[in-house]
Amino acid sequence: MSEIMIDIQDLSFARGSRLIFDRVNLQIPRGKVTAIMGPSGTGKTTLLKLIAGQLTPTHGKVLVDGLDVHQLVRVDLFNLRKRMGMLFQSGALLTDLSVFDNIALPLREHTQLPEAAIRSLVLMKLEAVGLRGASELMPSELSGGMSRRVALARAVALDPQMIFYDEPFAGQDPIGMGVLVRLIRNLNDAMGLTSVVVTHDVDEVLTIADHAVVLSGGRVIMSGSVEALRASQDPWVHQFIYGEADGPVAFHYPAQDYKQQLLAGVQ
Amino acid sequence: MRAQIEQVGAQFIALTSSFAQGFWFSLQLLWAVPSALLRVREWMRQLYFAGVLSLLIVMVAGFFVGMVLALQGYNILVSFNATEIVGQMVSLSLLRELGPVVAALLFAGRAGSALTAELGLMKSTEQLSALEMMGLDPVKRIFAPRFIAVLLALPMLAMLFSVMGILGGYLVAVPGLSVDDGAFWAQIQASVSWDEDVINSMIKSLVFAVTIGLVALFQGVQAMPTAEGVSRATTNTVVHSSLLVLGLDFVLTALMFN
Amino acid sequence: MQATKKMEFWVGLMVLITLLATLFMALKVSNFGQMAGLQETNSYRVTAHFTDIGGLKPRAKVSMGGVVIGRVNHIQLDPTTFKAVVHIDMDSRFAHIPADSSASILTSGLLGDQYIGIEPGGDEESLRDGSVITFTQPAMVLEKLIGQFLVKLSEK
Repeated sequence: MSEIMIDIQDLSFARGSRLIFDRVNLQIPRGKVTAIMGPSGTGKTTLLKLIAGQLTPTHGKVLVDGLDVHQLVRVDLFNLRKRMGMLFQSGALLTDLSVFDNIALPLREHTQLPEAAIRSLVLMKLEAVGLRGASELMPSELSGGMSRRVALARAVALDPQMIFYDEPFAGQDPIGMGVLVRLIRNLNDAMGLTSVVVTHDVDEVLTIADHAVVLSGGRVIMSGSVEALRASQDPWVHQFIYGEADGPVAFHYPAQDYKQQLLAGVQ
Repeated sequence: MRAQIEQVGAQFIALTSSFAQGFWFSLQLLWAVPSALLRVREWMRQLYFAGVLSLLIVMVAGFFVGMVLALQGYNILVSFNATEIVGQMVSLSLLRELGPVVAALLFAGRAGSALTAELGLMKSTEQLSALEMMGLDPVKRIFAPRFIAVLLALPMLAMLFSVMGILGGYLVAVPGLSVDDGAFWAQIQASVSWDEDVINSMIKSLVFAVTIGLVALFQGVQAMPTAEGVSRATTNTVVHSSLLVLGLDFVLTALMFN
Repeated sequence: MQATKKMEFWVGLMVLITLLATLFMALKVSNFGQMAGLQETNSYRVTAHFTDIGGLKPRAKVSMGGVVIGRVNHIQLDPTTFKAVVHIDMDSRFAHIPADSSASILTSGLLGDQYIGIEPGGDEESLRDGSVITFTQPAMVLEKLIGQFLVKLSEK
């Protein structure tokens, strides 16, 4: 078994005339937690959708466990997706189903298990995220952090091999964030998953990540262990990791000369 | 000059590509309908949202339209001393045109817009992507049951609209304006043909149902996943499907009754 | 569960009242009931040649003494005689109509639809499938009537 779970080769993707990825090469190791970081609008979510085959690249390919995602026929792609779990930013629970039914949905659709077995499985998944008591609630009755945990239980319902987190910490209070950070690490170790966390919350994710990738401007700025990242001499990476206001990414949006612009109004 | 031509070109490309997408979407949807028919529980639920919730507005509207038709018809027919045929006038107007068309317009406003908003919201909260990620096809699970519900609901509602209209017309004409009861129904029966008027009425409303269903669902998936995008898509559904219904009505009338 | 039951109840109710409405359409509003009694298999076809059919249309009724006994099936033009050939489906319940009966095109009321009225003759033979009604009277066209009236008026 190869050490590389997801191998992105020479990937380009454009939306309209805007180039989002420009010949990106990236490897995600098996069995580890990989953090993909970058400023807002660098297409981190797009990258997850490309890996899952929901979007098609303009150039290059994505190999997941040796399979070229964008060459697969529909049935094979859907089968591959059963081995992937994805936690969406909003949770993406189906609003017309209860918590229990949301988690039971993939089990009911993809397995022939009897209802009693499905019930036990759902309760086990809910127990793992600490929400067994909320099984009869509707998604509208959950707080943001709770619906993300339910969505996590649903994402791991089919015991996938890999799981993708799309901005799991966005809009969370410190407690919710702590819970999620712990869950991501624990699930990864307990289930032998390959986890990919896409985020710009650097501090939180670096406490649990084994491997880190920094994206910006459609390119991989750096890729390596967390220690290497923290020690990086690259001024851009340094600014990003330590959240400094000014640096290679300037505080000021490009503008004409300050003095000239002010004086232009006077004349 | 060059800029104008470029703009025309860009709009043409945008238009053709949205037509192509709509066509492709419709094909996928129709393909998924037979298997979705087996999920009775799912489309039954949608039939409640699309049909039952539009029931009251459609029936009340039909009743009033029938009453108005009878009143107006009576005022004209009384000068020809032919007030008995007011029932015939009301029934034929309702069955041939007003029943299918007005029911479809009300349905587009009530159920079509709700469908678009629901799907737009599902899209913006990534529920559709989540289904795909679970290896489930949203076309089969989400769109097809809703489409089936629309196909069933509108012909039923149009039929109820016409019947309520005829009853409304009866109420105005016979007890209200003392048209003879027997003559009222006899004139209707002599002029309304089952296989031309009633069946054609059902065919019309089925065609309108297909139109509204496709427009509403397509606008829902095409909606930009923002509050503004969803509200614009909802407006688009009502405007596009109303115009299409009226345009198609002309075509169907020309084919059926010339 | 409760909610599902409620939905099922309402959907069932809607289906039920739609069925009732359709029944009402069939029996009280449309000619469904009469059509059921006059099917293709229970009819025989006769033809009648007219010099002028006025506004007669397919599906117009054919009556004798005010009772509907058949319907116009379709209308052609004979290419040699230039007469209109009207094909009539007669209800087989009325099988004993004298072969020399005459057909005329009449109008119901002042502005109503045109229909065919059959006057019984005295022949022993009856009309059969494929018979031709020979005695016919064309439709009265208002313009022609007025024309004749004016001619007569000027002759006096």
